[in-house]
Amino acid sequence: MSVTLLIEQLLNGLQLGTMLFLMASGLTLVFGVMGLINLAHGSFYMVGAYATAAVAASTGSFLTGLAAGMAAAAVAGALVELIVIRRLYHRSHLDQVLATFALILIFSEGTRWLFGSSPLRLSPPSWLTGFVTLPGDTRYPTYRLMLIGVGVVIAIALYLLISRTRLGMRIRAGESDREMIGALGVNISKLYTVVFALGASLAGLAGALVGALQSVQVGMGEPVLILAFVVIVIGGIGSIKGALFGALLVGVVDTLGRVYLPILFRAFMPPSEAAGVGAALAAMLIYILMAIILAFKPKGLFSAHD
Amino acid sequence: MINTTSRSAPEVAPTPRNERALDRKGVVQIALLAVLLILPVAAYVMGEFYYVNLASRITIIAMAAVGLNLAIGYGGMVSFGHAAYFGLGGYVAGIGAYHAFDATPFMTWPISLPGSDNLLVLWLAAALLCALLALVIGAISLRTTGVYFIMITLAFAQMIYYFANSWPTYGGEDGLPIYLRNSLPFVDSSDPLNYFLICFVGLLLAMALTSRLMKSRFGAALTMARLNDVRLATSGINPYPVRLVAFVISAAITGLAGALYADLNGFVSPTVLSWHFSGELMVIVILGGVGRLYGPLAGAILFVMMETFLGGITQYWQLFLGLVLLGVVLFAKHGVMGFLAGRERNE
Amino acid sequence: MKQITRFGLGLLLSSSVLAAQADDVKIGMITTLSGGGSHLGVDVRDGFMLAIEQSGRDDIEVLIQDDANRPDLARSLANEFMQRDDVDIMTGIIWSNLAMAVVPAVTRQGTFYLSPNAGPSDLAGRMCHENYFNVAYQNDNLHGAMGAYMREQGYERPIIMAPNYPAGTDALAGFKHLYEGDVVDELYTQMGQTDYAAEIAQIRASDADSLFFFLPGGMGISFMKQWESSGVDIPIFGAAFSFDEILIKAVGSAAIGARNTSLWAYDLDNEANHRFVDSFRETYDRTPTLYAAQGYDTANLILSALDSAHPDDADAFREALRAADFDSVRGEFRFGPNQHPIQDIYVREVVEGDDGQPTNRLIGVAIEDIQDIYYEQCQM
Repeated sequence: MSVTLLIEQLLNGLQLGTMLFLMASGLTLVFGVMGLINLAHGSFYMVGAYATAAVAASTGSFLTGLAAGMAAAAVAGALVELIVIRRLYHRSHLDQVLATFALILIFSEGTRWLFGSSPLRLSPPSWLTGFVTLPGDTRYPTYRLMLIGVGVVIAIALYLLISRTRLGMRIRAGESDREMIGALGVNISKLYTVVFALGASLAGLAGALVGALQSVQVGMGEPVLILAFVVIVIGGIGSIKGALFGALLVGVVDTLGRVYLPILFRAFMPPSEAAGVGAALAAMLIYILMAIILAFKPKGLFSAHD
Repeated sequence: MINTTSRSAPEVAPTPRNERALDRKGVVQIALLAVLLILPVAAYVMGEFYYVNLASRITIIAMAAVGLNLAIGYGGMVSFGHAAYFGLGGYVAGIGAYHAFDATPFMTWPISLPGSDNLLVLWLAAALLCALLALVIGAISLRTTGVYFIMITLAFAQMIYYFANSWPTYGGEDGLPIYLRNSLPFVDSSDPLNYFLICFVGLLLAMALTSRLMKSRFGAALTMARLNDVRLATSGINPYPVRLVAFVISAAITGLAGALYADLNGFVSPTVLSWHFSGELMVIVILGGVGRLYGPLAGAILFVMMETFLGGITQYWQLFLGLVLLGVVLFAKHGVMGFLAGRERNE
Repeated sequence: MKQITRFGLGLLLSSSVLAAQADDVKIGMITTLSGGGSHLGVDVRDGFMLAIEQSGRDDIEVLIQDDANRPDLARSLANEFMQRDDVDIMTGIIWSNLAMAVVPAVTRQGTFYLSPNAGPSDLAGRMCHENYFNVAYQNDNLHGAMGAYMREQGYERPIIMAPNYPAGTDALAGFKHLYEGDVVDELYTQMGQTDYAAEIAQIRASDADSLFFFLPGGMGISFMKQWESSGVDIPIFGAAFSFDEILIKAVGSAAIGARNTSLWAYDLDNEANHRFVDSFRETYDRTPTLYAAQGYDTANLILSALDSAHPDDADAFREALRAADFDSVRGEFRFGPNQHPIQDIYVREVVEGDDGQPTNRLIGVAIEDIQDIYYEQCQM
């Protein structure tokens, strides 16, 4: 239980958190502005990863692939909004759940049809492989540090977008009063398409970046979708600040729980049992965290709506 | 959860206009039940046991959806975690049979509790345990509303899912087989037709209970809690316990269905606890028509049939399943039952 | 009167058709063709069908259904095959948890089941059945073999890792059983976990001299890619489940140098294997995985048994299966008393192939004639 291990694990938690933030920010924006529950958000994550893998494989350039991945996810998002989602704004949450659940099936199996059942290959670019040595002789993968950096940049960019630009002003207006901004002459349907595509492209970016570390395969978006929902619910739905805070909290708690719970249980249990029990509890940990937070703050930590 | 389902009018206290629709709806409803009853009996006579078991599967899934419909449709509580009760019910049947088979006690402290392979005992245990679990989960979750409620019910279900996955005693992710179907006094439950009839009676009872419940004062209060809980509060009734009781009953029905499902399959595993299964149950309720007594049955028939027969046609069957679901939500706004009833009205 | 005759004739005709069909053999295959991990099912199916086609027999009908990796669906499909289609033999299931849901019910009802992949310990031990044959491996085989190999290679402080589920704990137990020494630590990950930064940091912090892991499918891909850039420099070992030809291509350079145990390798030198690999590549335009090999062997075992008996004559057919009189692509193959294989396990190393893509190369034998440890619990 050395300090270097702790620092490294905190960095890992931070990195998981920033990637969750990319997913959660889009989800929370779409909910905040349009009042839509989008289960298919994980599909954009997958679309981003697949497009990046395909383009990176044919051009040999990771960055080109990344751009293509974001673009593909944005286009997929815009199309989905135009064809399906737009009809759901005035419908109940239930209809939204059903329609977006159907979209998951369509995206997953459609992707498998196009790309086959085998996982695709996507690796970080060579200039980002390897590790850097941090103070205290902690070795940390360069690519993961870069992910943290990207997450921070996106968080700042989103903050500026929402607080400083005309689009951001409309988003804020949309969050506080949906009917009002229509009355003010803002082209609401265009705004919705743009917000949806923006959220989708952020999910696509997350999928592409994480896909290079993990495996690019059908269904990769689903576990991360559930985590992203946990994040926005903890943070307070509709709040970007809440999404950021929730993402970091979930990232750090999940990572530290996985490492230290088994060690903790080892203090009073035989090692092999402690590993099993610790791992089981670690898997449940963030859901326990979420239930506790909601039991005391039923609208999350930073709710935008009250 | 306020207003999430106010779109579809409840089917209690029918107005005169509804009365006429009820007649036509009645035909559809009786037809659904008749088809569900007659086809398996015919298949049994012809020796096609597979179709009898398929009908049992539909019946059980419909029953689980009837439970969920009480929470979602009538109570406006959009639970994304009903797989927890379905799975718990299944594990009660599985664990009871496991200990009965091994002749080992389920627990020895504080009281000695043996396993059991008596279905009546197992059903009672399943319903009670699910009710208890729902009491705890509901008591916490009902403090939240809307999307938060959806997500906190999901969170609880995920906890149980991960627990079941990694708890080794009862098989963990491998699941728990039930070697011999649990038995009933006087009835041979291992006979496929008998088992179907047991399930069918279970479904009818669950629907009758829902119907009776919604026609009672309690049902009126629940409807009011869904449509306008402030008005209910001003009339002196606290909506919270009303919702909680409905949630608990809903979970008990779904749990009972889970126990039936485990015995039908001779197997229970964490798969039935996953969020995917919660989603499927929701899909079935919506597919059939939210807040309609026969909606879950119609939804279950359609969903299980598609699942069963599309799979034999193409390995990309889930794509077509998705397209059908999307079509239903976009074009048949009130589910299959709404679609059928609507068409009747136009005739 | 005329009508009655025609009716009678029709009956006669249809009954004679039925009689002809009774000699045909119906095989029901339930396998995973959609969802995560479906490339395993696709390869089992393709390997199996290749052997059936090569046999040139037209009296065998293979029905194929997709279980989407869901136990309850698999169970329902099994009922469909047994009760509606009246199949003689079933096969195809990939995952242990699905096998546990399906196999006991199938064998109890008198239908033969031949496992082309999963081998849970219960089915090898206390729940074994005379109608159940495992043509692939018992789940512990490859892990145990790697334990024996690492011991022999002189690794003294391995750290071992697997997901926290029955096959994972079994894998580590199997490894330890034949490693016969102390391990530095045991790490349990979550099912479906995608990020291994926390575990990698723990491995770095330990003083292990080697790593053995069991992370099937996508989990293995994620782990190896993250391992590559971690800067931890100890050799890694695993079972073939993380190193099939499809997975290592998705992993890329990160897999190079890893050693893994397998019951088969595509460069294994025997005549049946040359024929299999060549025709598989020709037919499907890809290199087969061990799953394809297992599917191919399963089909050939069935074909060899059909040469001497029809499944309707259950005792004779069972005897013919037990004899295992077929040319296995993995060389020697025979059944133990619990109808699980006794076979050699090989070691492969991932190297860079001629096309620059990673590929497996056979480097030796890990253990000869390995047999599972559960057969003593099996009372048949």
